[in-house]
Amino acid sequence: MTTTCAIAGGRKPRPAMGPATEGLRTKTSVKGREMGSLSATIQNIFNEPGCAKNANKSEAERKKGCTKQLQPGSAAGGCAFDGAKIALQPFTDVAHLVHGPIACEGNSWDNRGAASSGPSIWRTGLTTDMSETDIVFGGEKRLYKAIREILEKYNPAAIFVYQTCVPAMIGDDINAVCKAASRKFGKPVIPVNSPGFVGPKSLGCKLAGEALLEHVIGTEEPDHTTPYDINLIGEYNLSGELWQIKPLFDELGIRILSCISGDGKYREVASSHRARAAMMVCSKAMINVARKMEKRYGIPFFEGSFYGIQDSSDSLREIARLLVERGAPEDLIERTEAVIAREEARAWAAIEPYKPRFAGKRALLITGGVKSWSVVAALQEAGLDLIGTSVKKSTKEDKERIKELMGEHAHMIEDMMPREIYRMLKDAKADIMLSGGKSQFVALKAAMPWLDINQERYHAYMGYLGMVKLIEEIDKALFNPMWEQLRRTAPWDDKGNIRHLKAIAPTDPHAAEIALDHALAETTRRANKICLCKAVDFGTIEDAIRSRGLTSVEAVRQHTDAVGGCCKRRIEDILAAMPVSSPPALLQAAE
Amino acid sequence: MAIVTAPKKACAVNPLKVSQPIGGAFAFLGLRGAMPILHGSQGCTSFGLTLFVRHFKEAVPLQTTAMSEVTTVLGGYENVEQSILNIYNRTKPEIIGICSTGVTETNGDDVNAYIKLIRDRHPQLAKFPLVYLSTPDFKDAFQDGWEKTVARMVEVLVEAPAVETERDPAQVNVLPGCHLTPGDLDELRTILEDFGLKPSFLPDLAGSLDGHIPDEFTPTTIGGIGVDEVVSMGRAGWTIAIGAQMRRAAENMQAKAGVPFRLFERLCGLIPNDQFIAFLSEISERPIPSKYRRQRGQLADAMLDAHFHIAGRRLAIGAEPDLLFDVSSMLHEMGAQVTAAVTTTQSPVLERVKTNEVLIGDLEDLEELAKARACDLLITHSHGRQAAARLNIPFYRAGFPMFDRIGAGHQLSVGYRGTRDLIFDIANLIIADREENHQPTPDTWRSPMPACRSGRPQLY
Repeated sequence: MTTTCAIAGGRKPRPAMGPATEGLRTKTSVKGREMGSLSATIQNIFNEPGCAKNANKSEAERKKGCTKQLQPGSAAGGCAFDGAKIALQPFTDVAHLVHGPIACEGNSWDNRGAASSGPSIWRTGLTTDMSETDIVFGGEKRLYKAIREILEKYNPAAIFVYQTCVPAMIGDDINAVCKAASRKFGKPVIPVNSPGFVGPKSLGCKLAGEALLEHVIGTEEPDHTTPYDINLIGEYNLSGELWQIKPLFDELGIRILSCISGDGKYREVASSHRARAAMMVCSKAMINVARKMEKRYGIPFFEGSFYGIQDSSDSLREIARLLVERGAPEDLIERTEAVIAREEARAWAAIEPYKPRFAGKRALLITGGVKSWSVVAALQEAGLDLIGTSVKKSTKEDKERIKELMGEHAHMIEDMMPREIYRMLKDAKADIMLSGGKSQFVALKAAMPWLDINQERYHAYMGYLGMVKLIEEIDKALFNPMWEQLRRTAPWDDKGNIRHLKAIAPTDPHAAEIALDHALAETTRRANKICLCKAVDFGTIEDAIRSRGLTSVEAVRQHTDAVGGCCKRRIEDILAAMPVSSPPALLQAAE
Repeated sequence: MAIVTAPKKACAVNPLKVSQPIGGAFAFLGLRGAMPILHGSQGCTSFGLTLFVRHFKEAVPLQTTAMSEVTTVLGGYENVEQSILNIYNRTKPEIIGICSTGVTETNGDDVNAYIKLIRDRHPQLAKFPLVYLSTPDFKDAFQDGWEKTVARMVEVLVEAPAVETERDPAQVNVLPGCHLTPGDLDELRTILEDFGLKPSFLPDLAGSLDGHIPDEFTPTTIGGIGVDEVVSMGRAGWTIAIGAQMRRAAENMQAKAGVPFRLFERLCGLIPNDQFIAFLSEISERPIPSKYRRQRGQLADAMLDAHFHIAGRRLAIGAEPDLLFDVSSMLHEMGAQVTAAVTTTQSPVLERVKTNEVLIGDLEDLEELAKARACDLLITHSHGRQAAARLNIPFYRAGFPMFDRIGAGHQLSVGYRGTRDLIFDIANLIIADREENHQPTPDTWRSPMPACRSGRPQLY
């Protein structure tokens, strides 16, 4: 450990504090020490050889890390602390203590849909709620006292202490406090060094994994072992979906020695190094855990998914194969095939009635990473037409698989602005969108069906049962009679409704006049700006197209002021609408 | 008179408090075409965004300066500049509001100086409305963030009328506290308009977060009060401030534009609404519309029907000061006892809560007090759900966040009608609880006299 300050990523020397930074920060030397070790951990994570995306990078690129530089003013998504908490909080008998000001825990606790089969301490919001005084004098004493209070009141199996930005800045050494508290109280107190500002959520998941590798895994021994012991890594039991698969494991005699971390227990993860095989469930977020456990303890792993029928079967097969390879009786393979055959037949039979209903229905999938292909496969199995899937967070491998599934011309969306998604739905280029909670209103406000496939959802979609459930939910969303009503305009907004227009004429003469007078309506329509940058109106574009016979967006841009990025799609739409004989102005005005 | 205390524990358990910058950003959400930014790491924004989205079930604009470890050390000027330019160019907002966080306050970023520099360097921003608030996470709470932000908006945006003749006596400013919902604001708007008054709400969440469906996709707020209208608030005849937290903003309005104000600390309950309606009649010089005479009667009747259920209830309430004061006072007036009261931050109203002690604490404190004092009615925000399940007593959700039920934006507590419905909702919860959990059995009265819960008759 060095005493010079090393900053993750940049590694620039620390500047002298100017007059502009006369903040509350005082203990600069301590900070250097703490951050040094954290930055080493981060560099180590960036060197992950198990990650296909990483393997394709140059040495210099790799050093920069796997995170795109965030753009101030147009960033979205959680921080590293958020990621660490997502990854570890599903351990149910652990107290999760957040060391920081109220924001980090106060604004976020009890907000995830993981399920527990027993303990509830994991859902308890615990924070040191640092005050100004703590920041001036350091928060270590408060942290130590907080640990003691939690042990006295709740006696959890362990305490995970999460570092956040502010205490990291003032140099609170949570490693030292946790070490002292562990020794004093004889309970595992584990530091999770993942302050928000070191990077995005995915980095936080990996830092959480590092904390497990360094302080937890391999520290205890299981009561007994079996040749059928497996670890699930990166499965969070959202909406209890793990329990859609567990009955199949139970039937086959496969034991989940440790699930990291859905419905997990501290003792299980501490003794997880005795598993025979591991499955990295549907996420590269904790690839470092899987790979390092393979290296340290010889536990082979594979990356699989339980989303979709084919994927579920493949995963079960792979688990059986790995276990047999590691010494489990060979009949496991046969028994697994029998279960697969039975479950597949049941699932297909349940899905069959939906296929004709889904024929020709187009879905748009906006989600991250592995889900971009595992859910694609699932939806295609049900006969939906996938018109696009987001690949913003996907690896090269992921993209290859999408191509395999959707063909060479797969519409892979790198980074779609909400406005474009809205347009797509509003123009009915898709019939349903599946995404995470934060983007739901883009679809709903366009009066289009939407389904939540991320962490806050109410339904479980894993395994064979989950797939059938997903299909049922899509059907409910697509065919709800409500949509037809919602897409109708109110009678008084319907410009073709002459009787109503006459009725409003006395109170709103201008509106009535516009609507009744076709010429004026056309002028109004043509004067409308085509998009939000307000550079140019409909009329100008249409005149340019008509008079010059333009056919491409580029050509239109040359002859008009429509140069903004947001104009492009609208010009495409206008071009598409122009060759056919123009519909009556009245209808267009009613759009 | 209640004594206000703070517990001396190191670990907050099940926080009641939401952080100050989120309250600040919330106020900006009531302006039209607004984009609030939290100056901090992206998690600060992400958590706040998730809270708002889950509460309102609406798209919410909220951006971040995305401070990294490096920029935190070097200072955040470039991040503030980039985010303002980015937002200005991409989303075409009418106003940008910036709130600091724990990270940038610890760092000591002087954002006011940054903004000055940014305006100098980018002439297109010279006159653009940019409002900055210092709202460190490690001080104060949600309500304080709102209070400071609205006060600052008045200070920065409102203009005094050039000549006194410009003043329009029918124009009334309404400064609502953060405990009022979009539904409450719409109710107040209707009431004021019924008196022929023209209200301007600052902030106006009813325009942005009431759940309406806009015709086009908008990356900023989809409604709310426009900056131009805020500017013209200086010409109003009166300002009505609702909740003690709005005193500062009302005083700023008076100082800046000479608009007199009347503060209504409460708008839930019979007497507060009598005062409110009488005041409106007075300033509008109009008689009380028959609609409100009828609504007053309906509230009185609701109180008659509900007092059987509410009287004697031992209330445990956890809420921000103004909401706590308003709702607990109304229930006290219905015969309930305010037995446990926990809040988030200091306020002058706390010592007037009708109880012995108000604790500035968390939901663990509230749960323990409720258990020890045998409370049988719980009121707090959605995070009280775990405590409610353990205590097994009727639980009414009020405050922010309310993420596990829908319709949070339209829950009413103001006006005769709002109070009436609130009373019905709470009384019905109590009735349902009695039916589910307290049906008599042959053995209910067989055991020896249970320890008398309240000890002795209550003194009002």
